[in-house]
Amino acid sequence: MAAPNNRRPGYSRRAQYGNFFGYITAVAGLVVGVILLVVSTGNAGAFTGLRTVAADSTAPAARVAAGARTGSQNLWQVLAGYFTSGARVARLEREVAEGRVKLAEQAALIEENGRLKAMLVLTQGDQRPVVVTRMIGSTSSSSRRFATIGAGANQGVRVGMGVRSPLGLIGRVIEVGSSSARLLLVTDADSSIPVRRASDGIQGYANGLGNGTVQIRLSTTGINPLHPGDAIVTSGSGGIYRPGEAVAVIVSLTPDGAIARPLSDPGQTEFVAVEPLFEELPAPEPQPRPVPSGKP
Amino acid sequence: MPNPLPSALRQFGKPRINRIASPVLALATPWLLVMLGSLSPTWPVIASAPVLPPFGFLLLVGWQQLRPGLFPVWAGWPLGMFDDLFSGQPIGSAVVLWSVAMLALDFLDHRFPWRGFVLNWLVASAFITGYLFLALQIANMAGGAASAVVLLPQIAVAVLAYPVTARLVGLADKFRLIPIRSV
Repeated sequence: MAAPNNRRPGYSRRAQYGNFFGYITAVAGLVVGVILLVVSTGNAGAFTGLRTVAADSTAPAARVAAGARTGSQNLWQVLAGYFTSGARVARLEREVAEGRVKLAEQAALIEENGRLKAMLVLTQGDQRPVVVTRMIGSTSSSSRRFATIGAGANQGVRVGMGVRSPLGLIGRVIEVGSSSARLLLVTDADSSIPVRRASDGIQGYANGLGNGTVQIRLSTTGINPLHPGDAIVTSGSGGIYRPGEAVAVIVSLTPDGAIARPLSDPGQTEFVAVEPLFEELPAPEPQPRPVPSGKP
Repeated sequence: MPNPLPSALRQFGKPRINRIASPVLALATPWLLVMLGSLSPTWPVIASAPVLPPFGFLLLVGWQQLRPGLFPVWAGWPLGMFDDLFSGQPIGSAVVLWSVAMLALDFLDHRFPWRGFVLNWLVASAFITGYLFLALQIANMAGGAASAVVLLPQIAVAVLAYPVTARLVGLADKFRLIPIRSV
């Protein structure tokens, strides 16, 4: 449709001025936008209040919508299943066979672990989550990977807490509103997690790539010891993430590391657990030695 | 095409002698629809990669192409501000990009007043591609480090989603002009 010619509204002074100020406002808005952008890129924490208020205000509706999510995604999986069922059944059968073997190994390990812990008189650390809540949204159209959960400061969530699903680590809390909080997902290009290989403890970092995968970079150089299928867990260095949480599994190798797929797809998880802040305990103070007294 | 609606409902949107469109509805619908599109990050899709098209931006372009001049040229910054609150981009990113888009679309309107839908789609595709690419650069400036390859599926989805969005805008345009106010 052709535009009504708004630019030359005739002899009406009022219409002419209105038009003129419209353009002035548009350009002024542009300039203000540039200023906002400079402020917010220079300081990532700027405008946190505005964003959390916005997230809090939409949290109730988003919580309702999150309940419907599992159902709607199952529909798509059902449709896709018609095309992939044969290959998938074969794969699943193979995995079950492998899984049985692994399970037996695990049982042995658990038993050994319990025995060793009993020897050291260690108790299982208190790992109860701060709160278990729903994922209620994610920035699905921006290239940054943030998600929103339906619990905030009122439920005891604090900045820096790790968030995990039953399958593994999802991300970490970076902004907290009163009843919602924003996570930095593992796959965000800004996220970097100290990790190790589950089997032998080779150290490295898992950096998000922004496309749903993470890049594993090893701390050591030389021959790349990783293989597709290796499980990657948090190493706990740095003190943000609890050690030993599953993060990702390697899918392909790169010259200096590997590409890995996070184990817990945030789209598939409905409920997540917010974990208490993990701080490494300070090394035990040296025991005071018995001072030899002068007298025998 | 046979119309399955009952006749009372079919008459609903038709012009009538003593009814006009409600000005509130007629003016508020476009703004509300774009803001609803901006709320898409709270929709029940949790993605580990950017896959959904930027619905707010698609709707803005759709309105501007269906009804040029309905939005004032400065509409980019208030709507962009709202979008920034939810999109996860650094605040100010959509303020700038949407303002630029509105000014550019306004210019194109006056330069090429007669367009078909194919040309509209091509123009919208160019705007979407540019918008997503610049938004990525801005996000990277603020601390991300994603490469542009990440965007390719999203650009494809957004370009294909544009006709559907334009259709939705058309429906909303019919809705906002329903004559419900008696004179």
